[in-house]
Amino acid sequence: MAIAHEFEYFRPDNLKEVLNLLKKYGDKARILAGGTDLTVYIKEGLEHPEAVIDIKQVRELKSVEVQTDGLYIGAKATFSDILSYREIKKNYLLLWESARSVASVGIRNRATLIGNICSAVPSLDSAPALLCYNAVVHLLGQRGERAIPITDWFVAPRITAKQPDEIVLGVNIPKPSGKQTGCYLKLGRYGGEDLAQAGLGVLYSERFGFRLAYCAVGPIPKRAEKIEKLLQGKTLTDALIEKAKDLVLSEISPITDIRSGKEYRMHMCQIMLQRGLLACVDRMNGKQVDTLRILGG
Amino acid sequence: MAKIKFKLNDEFRTIDVQPNEVLLDVLRDKLGVKSPKCGCDRGDCGACAVMINGKSVRSCLVLAVEVDVQEVRTLEGISKPKLTKLQKAFIEFNSFQCGYCAPGVIISATELLEHNPKPDLEEIKEALSGNLCRCTGYKPIFDAILDVTHKEKKK
Repeated sequence: MAIAHEFEYFRPDNLKEVLNLLKKYGDKARILAGGTDLTVYIKEGLEHPEAVIDIKQVRELKSVEVQTDGLYIGAKATFSDILSYREIKKNYLLLWESARSVASVGIRNRATLIGNICSAVPSLDSAPALLCYNAVVHLLGQRGERAIPITDWFVAPRITAKQPDEIVLGVNIPKPSGKQTGCYLKLGRYGGEDLAQAGLGVLYSERFGFRLAYCAVGPIPKRAEKIEKLLQGKTLTDALIEKAKDLVLSEISPITDIRSGKEYRMHMCQIMLQRGLLACVDRMNGKQVDTLRILGG
Repeated sequence: MAKIKFKLNDEFRTIDVQPNEVLLDVLRDKLGVKSPKCGCDRGDCGACAVMINGKSVRSCLVLAVEVDVQEVRTLEGISKPKLTKLQKAFIEFNSFQCGYCAPGVIISATELLEHNPKPDLEEIKEALSGNLCRCTGYKPIFDAILDVTHKEKKK
């Protein structure tokens, strides 16, 4: 189907030009990287940009950079790029598993992680990982660069802290300290390509214990801080897991939609917490666990 | 109107496109390349799959202007000069019924075998999870891919 809406297309090769275009068009401009969201939004009439700014040729923008103390995921990094790094699978397993759970290969080859957090739909798979790693979002605007902690990034469904005249350059993900592992549990209607009915990221370190974040079960993805606090410094026993499960409903606020009912989401978030915690403990002890299999489907 | 020049199945093509023209439509209607099909038109079904710079993408989600100076390969290009072993296996196993999903499935499977010549069934399912087939239940598709990789193993 052709796109009925007409717009101008720009393909600048430097950031200065991007900023000039953003200044000129303001909120009438949309940035195009992978286009797997934007093209659908324009086709279906959800977005009516006057200018589409393709940033794939901007030379200052980066893809993935592995640094000694962390990762930099630039605006050009696709999910397939992220999956191709052994270092990410080894030391940022939660991020790697989240990237693997996004749509299908043909989408991951094009879709970028930065685009995912800019679209900011409640079910975005990359959010729990970024929240658990305490990622920092770097933006460039007319008044220079600024950095926003990922916890302040998501404002409401499809709304972020980004201003219309700004572009996201990338996110920094600090390397978790100590021996650590993680997992991403995604509840779908079936195995394979689907949006999350619920998503849970678990990061587990010898130093700081558990960090947990949910997506798709509230207006914005968020950390489950009450549960984290409960688990802090304690050994994971069956009784403690039951206590943690009791807190789940105070952390999430799911709705009923086309993908599942509210009650089902509430129930499954408790199951996911239990299985996610146990999977991380198993992984820490060197056991192989494929989280794609944990929820069946 | 913008003039774009790109490589399509090893041939350079130059064509005028509007910014809001989608690659799928330009390939089919302006360049006569009919293997990519329009199914869902929103990136879910995989019927429109083509390769850009060697990676499978959904051509219904790519603006035609974006492929300027890039390399596009469709099933027509993969089939030249002759059918691949994979394609022959699909015929042998009668893998497709209506055939609408076939170009996309072949592109996804070709990409998989380039990176992973001996995938197991789970890896095949994961690689094809973005290609919907409403006729076959996927079994003859998986069987054909497993057969090709199994034969490769024996050598």
